[in-house]
Amino acid sequence: MNILLVEDNPGDVRLTQEAFREADSVNIVGVASDGVEALDYLRRRGRYADALRPDLILLDLNLPRKDGREVLAELKDDPLLRRIPIVVLTVSQAEQDIVRTYELHANCYISKPINLDNFIDIAAAINHFWTDVAMLPANVNSG
Amino acid sequence: MPKNEIPGETPDQVRILLVEDNRGDARLTRVAFGDLGLPCCLDHVYDGMEALQYLRREGRFAEARAPDIILLDLNLPKKSGFDLLALIKNDPELRFIPVIVLTISRSQADINKAYDLHANCYIVKPINLDDFVNIVAAIKNFWLDVAVLPQRKRRSTLDMEAIEE
Repeated sequence: MNILLVEDNPGDVRLTQEAFREADSVNIVGVASDGVEALDYLRRRGRYADALRPDLILLDLNLPRKDGREVLAELKDDPLLRRIPIVVLTVSQAEQDIVRTYELHANCYISKPINLDNFIDIAAAINHFWTDVAMLPANVNSG
Repeated sequence: MPKNEIPGETPDQVRILLVEDNRGDARLTRVAFGDLGLPCCLDHVYDGMEALQYLRREGRFAEARAPDIILLDLNLPKKSGFDLLALIKNDPELRFIPVIVLTISRSQADINKAYDLHANCYIVKPINLDDFVNIVAAIKNFWLDVAVLPQRKRRSTLDMEAIEE
């Protein structure tokens, strides 16, 4: 399973990569550090012309330039990209963020863990559920 | 907090709406959730029209509460699972409720269409009881223990506010 990680905090990027290293069926194919870069990656603009379409997107909500909520809304409104499952992974525990995120058609909402052990557990759970339990949509690489 | 299943209401009870026309599968699902020993209230409707009435609290469902999560079969009488999914995900009052498609279809076209219509995830319904129990446990582990559900969060916030008052 190829994952695009959209995360601006370098510490969290490292933790996430470290946590998924344990999950051998997951490959983090790209890291976008803001919302504009995430959309460029997925729409293969500029230096992302040859970018691999991910099977799943891990999206932080608080991002520079273009907020995670805007990225979510744009992706879920895009006929070519909306089927890619988006797992929102964020520190926010605010009720309105959770409800709003589901209203914008995020596939699920997960609270970002605070230490590496918890990150490893969450990564294992994401890996297990999205590779062994759920069926993924066909990759839209031809799009 | 009471751990036993009470027909009424406990704040930590998970409300599941199962939309399934096959009685055998509905029974399996109920048994599998029962085996998890989690305080849950599983309501079952048989077709898409009934599901919509339940969610919109019409007719005999006037007292129904919004579920925390919906388990949706695709092959339903009266209104197809896809039609129901589209209606739920286009309804401002309902679209935040996670919908887990649980169906026998392994067709990639069905999988794609379900995600295009904003299903939260797509799971192929297992045939034998052991696999069924494992899938239900996996749904519980991911959706109730790892993910944060909107409705439960809202309810616990309301409970907190009630306590503060």
